Amino acid sequence: MTLIYKRPEIITDEPFTYCPGCSHGIIHRLVAESIEELGIQEKTIGVSSIGCSVRCWKFLNIDFVQGAHGRGLAVATGIKRAQPDNIVFTYQGDGDLLAIGMGETIHAAARGENITVIFANNAFFGATGGQLAPTTLIGQKTSTYPLGREASIIGKPIKISEMLAPLETTTYIARAALNNPSNIKKAKKYIKNAFQMQVEGEKGFFMVELLCACPSNLKKSPVDSLKWVEENMIPYYPLGEFKTINKGNL
Amino acid sequence: MTGKILMKGNEAIGEAAIRAGCRYYFGYPITPQNELLEYMAINLPKCNGVFVQSESELAGISMVYGAAASGKRAMTSSSSPGISLMQEGISYMASAELPAVIVNITRGGPGLGRITPAQSDYFQATKGGGHGDYHILVFAPASVQEMADLTSLAFELADKYRMPAMILGDGIIGQMMEPVALKEPINLQDLSPKPWAAIGAKDGKRHLVLSAPFTDEKLVALNEKLSKKYKEIAEKEIRFEDYMTEDADIVIAAFGIVSRFSKEAIENLRMEGYKVGLIRPITLYPFPSKIIREKAKKVKAFLTVEMNEGQMIEDIKLAVNGKATVDFLGGGGGKITLPSDIENKIKQMLSKGDY
Repeated sequence: MTLIYKRPEIITDEPFTYCPGCSHGIIHRLVAESIEELGIQEKTIGVSSIGCSVRCWKFLNIDFVQGAHGRGLAVATGIKRAQPDNIVFTYQGDGDLLAIGMGETIHAAARGENITVIFANNAFFGATGGQLAPTTLIGQKTSTYPLGREASIIGKPIKISEMLAPLETTTYIARAALNNPSNIKKAKKYIKNAFQMQVEGEKGFFMVELLCACPSNLKKSPVDSLKWVEENMIPYYPLGEFKTINKGNL
Repeated sequence: MTGKILMKGNEAIGEAAIRAGCRYYFGYPITPQNELLEYMAINLPKCNGVFVQSESELAGISMVYGAAASGKRAMTSSSSPGISLMQEGISYMASAELPAVIVNITRGGPGLGRITPAQSDYFQATKGGGHGDYHILVFAPASVQEMADLTSLAFELADKYRMPAMILGDGIIGQMMEPVALKEPINLQDLSPKPWAAIGAKDGKRHLVLSAPFTDEKLVALNEKLSKKYKEIAEKEIRFEDYMTEDADIVIAAFGIVSRFSKEAIENLRMEGYKVGLIRPITLYPFPSKIIREKAKKVKAFLTVEMNEGQMIEDIKLAVNGKATVDFLGGGGGKITLPSDIENKIKQMLSKGDY
């Protein structure tokens, strides 16, 4: 029998602490595959900061630095500036990247830091129990707005990919969903691109936004959660590559 | 050691930091420390260093965190309101056991306050400052020469004990010019290796720089480890100046710039026959409690002189432990206590004769 698909070597033996049906497992795998395929295990430094994914260092057997909530991109800036030859990425959720860390996000992108951002958008504050996130959809029920998000009260969800793509200092911006195998394959391609451009010395900022399912906070089964992503998130957050610049633009 | 040159306090810190091997500076403008930020902006690129003006103090201290996690000597500087924002990152660095130097050229507070000189951040600096049970090394220079010397020492001890260190200055020494003899620049290759730094899992063994241990037992263990470290530095790293206390009836306790006003007052008082001396803490954390405790057995009273409403006096009282009277002179918000004020206060204390 031929082995055609196996666990990436840099995924550790540590049992996952994520809930059943959570998309983090898929993202971990796609990141691990990309790092292995590019052969950069020994020169990659990950940054985690807050939320469920703050422990992602447990599951990916590479160097990790854990910074403060929202400051992932500032910590990553310090690391990349100190070690420009190494590959630096942050792994952040929507509360981290777009609420408490929005200042760091915009400015790291505007400085054109050579950092790859893996952004998990599940439309909730997941770890704290399903509070409203900057990406929570209109009408979506959360523990802090139990009747559903109303634009007149708390505004509309932030589309960060669309916000960052026009900046002259961003180089790769893409959004994928993790709701079915076809979209997961696209997500893999985007994630690998976002790492590969950094490896090849492209200048600028690289980010992949991933639409994720959070069954525990949606209070739905894993399958119904994926359906929810497809029916609710994808229409508001269009998929695709928003920006791909070739070498030499910065 | 070369000859002396005339430098502003803030610039002396910058030059001393570069000579101590600091090649990474991240910071945000705020008066009265802008000369330091600008000195690093101009001079770090000349020695292949990195200067980044951050979008906030929150980001600046986290950039320092990243460079420190990379095993580099890194620093930032700010003034009181900015240092309040940095407490987040300083607490994380204390937890992750990351060395770095933070400079606070204090201004009068609370709130926005004013750029007038003050020592009102003593509590914040010495009692941890941010959340959680931790301390950082705190140095209080009283001259431009000490701005340079203590910056160098701060980098050395921060690395040695893997903890953040702070230079706590004020607007007067930050801004004034004095002759300073600078140390020869160190060779970056001579710095001790940092095997814990996250530089890629090149030897097949990965590095983790974490500020959270993620289990209850490990967090208790981290707190115990930090506590042990603080006990060790209290044994080995206390620095203070003992000035004419041998026969003193009253010992003044003052740090930073007011210690110099106190010395002038002591000289004048001694000429009039009053026996007065000074204990000047150079490390505010660890605090020189032992010498204060010893002096408490011999003196009639202590007078703490501070440019705040009375903060270090609490540590003096803890050390004195009821064995002598402890009086206070000073004030916050930019009030400057002059030598003549100190002289009058001492005379008043001694004339009461109730010691």
